[in-house]
Amino acid sequence: MIGIEHYLTVAAALFVIGIFGLFLNRKNVIILLMSIELMLLAVNINFVAFSAFLDDLVGQVFTLFVLTVAAAEAAIGLAILVCFFRNRGTIDVENVNVMKG
Amino acid sequence: MSVLTIAFYAFAISTIAGGLFTVIGRNPVHSVLWLILAFLSSAGLFVTLGAEFVAMLLIIVYVGAVAVLFLFVVMMLDVDFAELKAEMAKYVPIALLIGTVLLMQLALAFGAWEYGDGALERVAARQGDQQNTAALGLLIYDKYIMLFQLSGLILLVAMIGAIVLTLRHRQDIKRQDVVAQMMRDPAKAMELKDIKSGQGL
Repeated sequence: MIGIEHYLTVAAALFVIGIFGLFLNRKNVIILLMSIELMLLAVNINFVAFSAFLDDLVGQVFTLFVLTVAAAEAAIGLAILVCFFRNRGTIDVENVNVMKG
Repeated sequence: MSVLTIAFYAFAISTIAGGLFTVIGRNPVHSVLWLILAFLSSAGLFVTLGAEFVAMLLIIVYVGAVAVLFLFVVMMLDVDFAELKAEMAKYVPIALLIGTVLLMQLALAFGAWEYGDGALERVAARQGDQQNTAALGLLIYDKYIMLFQLSGLILLVAMIGAIVLTLRHRQDIKRQDVVAQMMRDPAKAMELKDIKSGQGL
């Protein structure tokens, strides 16, 4: 029988993979954004798992909002990335601190 | 093992494998494709939980929009990814360390976890044999209408922001000038010359 613990374990593993990716791809912003998407997906799995096992739909409503914010964040992040690439010719984020005063 | 158990393990394994290969992949295009696998299998996980609407939304929004956006950007930018990946090995120890610490913290929290007092009161339980989508619609358009509108606003702001950031008006190319085209009249555009026969201009 599959209990809530199974889903929470999957979500925890996915979240840790997301964090792992953040540290592993320090230079490649595209993979950084994908790692953030993975972490948000892990949070969504947690929300939906609790929603299903507590029989409370609010968790799924909140998942919708997380999904919205994730989509907006990806769009803005990629737009900034395209802008940065046009100006610098690279997506190496180690050089992003050029704006420091 | 029931079908549900087999489905859960299949979806869980492919979700985690998709996530892992997204992160460690060498080619960003492959990473995006692994990301799509992770999203699709977690949509499967949602279906096993009885949340069909969120599962379909995940496929539409993530696979249909976000992943395609990623793919588009990866293919549009001419980036030397090999150079970016070169230093990846340097970060593996610290990444593994932080991952392990976080995993242990999550396991500790998991071991001491129990439901809070109010958690089991079922704020919005599904009534009768209502469909998942219908029940969610009743909640979103009634109790959470304000949040729903605000999330629409967030999307609008994101859309405008992305357009403003990426729109570029290039000066060095020829453009169609509609007003100039419409203000043109035959008197100014054409010149009639009376050419005598036998002579050129």
